[in-house]
Amino acid sequence: MTKNLRVKTGKAIDETYRISFKFNRSTYYGFKGDTLASALLANNIHLVGRSFKYHRPRGIMTAGSEEPNAIVQLHNDSSRTEPNVRATEIEIYEGLEASSQNCWPSVNFDIGGINNLLSPLLPAGFYYKTFMWPASFWEKYEYFIRRSAGLGKSPTKPDPDIYEHKYIHCDVLIIGAGISGIMAAKVAAKNGLRTILLEEKPNLGGSTIYQDSDHFKINNQNSGSWLEKEINEIKKLKNLEIKTRTSVAAYHGYNFLLARESLTDHLPINQRKDKTRHKLLKIRAKKVITATGSIERPMIFDNNDRPGILLSSAIKRYSDYFGVACGEKNILFTNNDSAYETAISLIQKGINIEAIIDNREEVNSKLIYEVEKNNIKIFKGYTVTDTSGYKRINKISIMPLSKDGQKVVGSKTVLSCDCLGVSGGWTPAVHLFTQSGGKLKFREDDQVFIPNIYPSDQLSIGACNGDFTLDEILINTPKSLIDYLNIENTEYDNLEISSSTNKSKRNIWLLPSDKILGKTKSFVDYQNDATAKDIKLALREGFRSIEHVKRYTTTGMGTDQGKLGNMHALGIISEIAGAKMGELGTTTFRPPYTPLTFGTIVGRNIGEYFDIFRKTPIHDWHAEHKAEFENVGQWKRAWYYPKENESMHEAVQRESKAARESAGILDASTLGKIDIQGTDASEFLNRVYTNAWSKLAVGKCRYGLMLNDDGMVYDDGVTTRLGENHYIMTTTTGGAANVMGKLEDYLQTEWPELDVYLTSVTDHFATVSVCGPNSKKIVSEVIPDLDFSDESFTHMSFKNAKIGKINCRVMRISFTGEHSYEINVQANYGKSVWEKCMEAGTDFNITPYGTETMHLLRAEKGFIIVGQDTDATMTPIDLQMDWIVSKKKYDFIGKRSLYRSDTIRKDRKQLVGLLTDNPNEVLEEGAQIVADINKSPIEMLGHVTSSYYSPNLKKSIALGVVRGGKNMMGQKLIIPMEKKNINVTVADPVFLDKENKRLNA
Amino acid sequence: MFIINCPYCGEREQSEFKAGGEAHIVRPKQPTELSDDEWAEYLFMRKNIKGIQFERWNHSHGCRKWFNMVRDTSNDEIKAVYKMGEKPPIE
Ligand SMILES: [Zn+2]
Repeated sequence: MTKNLRVKTGKAIDETYRISFKFNRSTYYGFKGDTLASALLANNIHLVGRSFKYHRPRGIMTAGSEEPNAIVQLHNDSSRTEPNVRATEIEIYEGLEASSQNCWPSVNFDIGGINNLLSPLLPAGFYYKTFMWPASFWEKYEYFIRRSAGLGKSPTKPDPDIYEHKYIHCDVLIIGAGISGIMAAKVAAKNGLRTILLEEKPNLGGSTIYQDSDHFKINNQNSGSWLEKEINEIKKLKNLEIKTRTSVAAYHGYNFLLARESLTDHLPINQRKDKTRHKLLKIRAKKVITATGSIERPMIFDNNDRPGILLSSAIKRYSDYFGVACGEKNILFTNNDSAYETAISLIQKGINIEAIIDNREEVNSKLIYEVEKNNIKIFKGYTVTDTSGYKRINKISIMPLSKDGQKVVGSKTVLSCDCLGVSGGWTPAVHLFTQSGGKLKFREDDQVFIPNIYPSDQLSIGACNGDFTLDEILINTPKSLIDYLNIENTEYDNLEISSSTNKSKRNIWLLPSDKILGKTKSFVDYQNDATAKDIKLALREGFRSIEHVKRYTTTGMGTDQGKLGNMHALGIISEIAGAKMGELGTTTFRPPYTPLTFGTIVGRNIGEYFDIFRKTPIHDWHAEHKAEFENVGQWKRAWYYPKENESMHEAVQRESKAARESAGILDASTLGKIDIQGTDASEFLNRVYTNAWSKLAVGKCRYGLMLNDDGMVYDDGVTTRLGENHYIMTTTTGGAANVMGKLEDYLQTEWPELDVYLTSVTDHFATVSVCGPNSKKIVSEVIPDLDFSDESFTHMSFKNAKIGKINCRVMRISFTGEHSYEINVQANYGKSVWEKCMEAGTDFNITPYGTETMHLLRAEKGFIIVGQDTDATMTPIDLQMDWIVSKKKYDFIGKRSLYRSDTIRKDRKQLVGLLTDNPNEVLEEGAQIVADINKSPIEMLGHVTSSYYSPNLKKSIALGVVRGGKNMMGQKLIIPMEKKNINVTVADPVFLDKENKRLNA
Repeated sequence: MFIINCPYCGEREQSEFKAGGEAHIVRPKQPTELSDDEWAEYLFMRKNIKGIQFERWNHSHGCRKWFNMVRDTSNDEIKAVYKMGEKPPIE
């Protein structure tokens, strides 16, 4: 039944430019400038989707971003498809494909529609109550719930579009380019302020721009024509930047706002290539003027959700703006004068109006006379009690209201129609104001919340500030601007205004019916299918806070955040609970105002830019030699170097053997390095490490353990004394930045008297570590001028040297337990020094090894890794490292905590070695450790922290933390696994070379 | 997102800073002479006020200096910033 409901050229469309598009696989035509909604309405299509819970047929209700029902799936391909797009916002383009959501197999025949028949079984809280128990059934329920739930499909392939982020700054940001926003923009820009004007729609002018009635005049011109001239003028202003199709998503504190500028969504697909789709604007404004207008309220009566029921203002917009009649037999239902503006517009365009239902008994205004002159029947003091028509409204029932508006009286009249426009008055769009932290007040006169206390330098003007009539806007806006911008006057101070000023309104939140509430479906939240009955049920069940009622009934929790019905929900709650609206407060509107795609939020931070990674100067060599990499903090570290088809295990076993039997080489460049200088450097180290540093000779190295003041191990590493007042500290790879921050903190805030300077030099040096019995031969060849004799170059000492002209620092230190050297050179030379070592080591089978082998080798020696064998609950005493805690030092960070009543408990978890009874059985890291598996519940004593198969010891070794483990040497424990219990014996954590003979081998 | 007036650099975005907890808690000079309770008081006890709060902040992506801030936690208004060691300009 396709009809053409195009009546007259609308202001916004270009009838010379026809566009074809597909909706639910059928092809339709519209014009350039149409939204999907206006084009569908022109084709007499109202039914566009099904509701969320009851799968009731739903149509287009609004003409803007507040749309709850007409949300569609856009595009068909698996990368660009987008759910929850509001048909009222998307501009049509050649090739647009959209389809209905939340219905299967089709919007006209939807199996879920059976929920509508079952609805007595689906009251508020139904899901909470029903699927709670038995808990084990949840997985089965979930399958069906997920299938019957809906609201669209996500794309399954990566988003191919380009998104950007941009920071902008301005003196004045104006949100909304309706009449008040345009006035504000002109005044601000003309007063020399750098001004930005944002508008979510493609055109400026809001609802006034198509006001073509003799009842609204400014300086003797129709208000629409007057505004058009103003718009043409502001477009020429140098200080003013205007952005259309730009919707403010969030208004944060300190006037920081996020807005999405949509750049290509309205273009034909073939014109979008290589263009940025959305820009996320991060705006910092000195002043913000909110002019976001207002949203018309629906009316709450039985079956108020049928396709063909629209907001009265939307019907006006479709006719004025797009030249589209929403129906051929229109009825308007109102409690205020706005519906008569719609009526006059329709009359002007020759669109038929059957009747107007006005719940006010006595009404008179210029607008009403005008309508009456056209012989349109007005039912005064009536309410709509019910509607019929499954997929499109076809009848309404009306009845007279009692004097107090609490019930219906008299007889029922049935009127037929194909479109019903409803107007329940206006709600200021205060969403952004409240997001920014603003506090509202309730205006009893017309039952609206308006801005009251501003949390930042901002102003609300126009309808969002509660000025609904043209004269109020034109009189109050210039006054507010003079005050807010601190200026003498504006050019709008003496406008001649003629406007209909009747503000009478008969506000009834829930309209009475001849049926009991339990038998009605009066929708408050259309998208989430919450009815007045549900709200009443929630109150009966004891919910009082509006935030609780919201969550229990899901009112306002859809993608539209209940922009239409939230006020009614509040009104109904206040009436039932007998509380005042102003005292009840509102629910919180949260960003984003309208949904954003993930692409917009992440911008260019995708793929390799998602989380930047750091590469060592030797990285390319590792990559060329087929290393597998592991992420350590932000670093990519060589993990192991598989040869041919080696598995990780095989590679690590080979590398570990080579390092102990001949020579291994490791890229240690990622270790944190902090250069410490100053006359108090030694004293500083005394305070930050647990051991003593004053007596460390120049040229010597020492291992240090750093605690937090709570006594828990924080970091470790070797520090070398380069000169009298000069040290270089190494930290763990992952801890480098935090250690630097912590040291700076103590220096600046606790010990500002110390003469110490810290510089992070992690990136400045490359570190090549050569270990194994042949390491000395190899480094001697690389640095022939240096005396490597054990007498001259002892373990834990340091020498400056040169490789050719390259300065280097050589430390004889070891994390593997082998005789080993670390060569530190300026980062750019790192790769060449590495290659020199490889060359010199050829005869000794020098073997590059990665972090996995490093971990295995140190575990054989029982050396801890901070963060693997420790968490933030391990003291050095727990680690059996008492030897490193100075008894003599008066203080160091963490000292006092080492003898708190809790840290001296004997049954703390302590680090021990674990040996499996079966030497080939390798434990899982993280596995729980128990003593008695028959006890119920099983008592967990600790867990495995490190575990490997040692090729050098030819057996499985592990470290773990066990409650009271220090005194359990030799004791049998059990590791219960899914399929078996593994028997282990508590052992010394040093598995290899306890006497440290290999260091000097 | 705040704009913070670093006492050394001037106004910068909050993303350049790191919060460091309650201000004016001085590390005891002689921890070893404190009882467990006294030490725990220094170590663990922190205020979480709705209203005027004194806090430490660090310009970590800027000059790396620590400084103090007086902030009303109920509306995030920054009442004052001042250097370490200085007296708070507000009681
Ligand atoms: Zn700074």
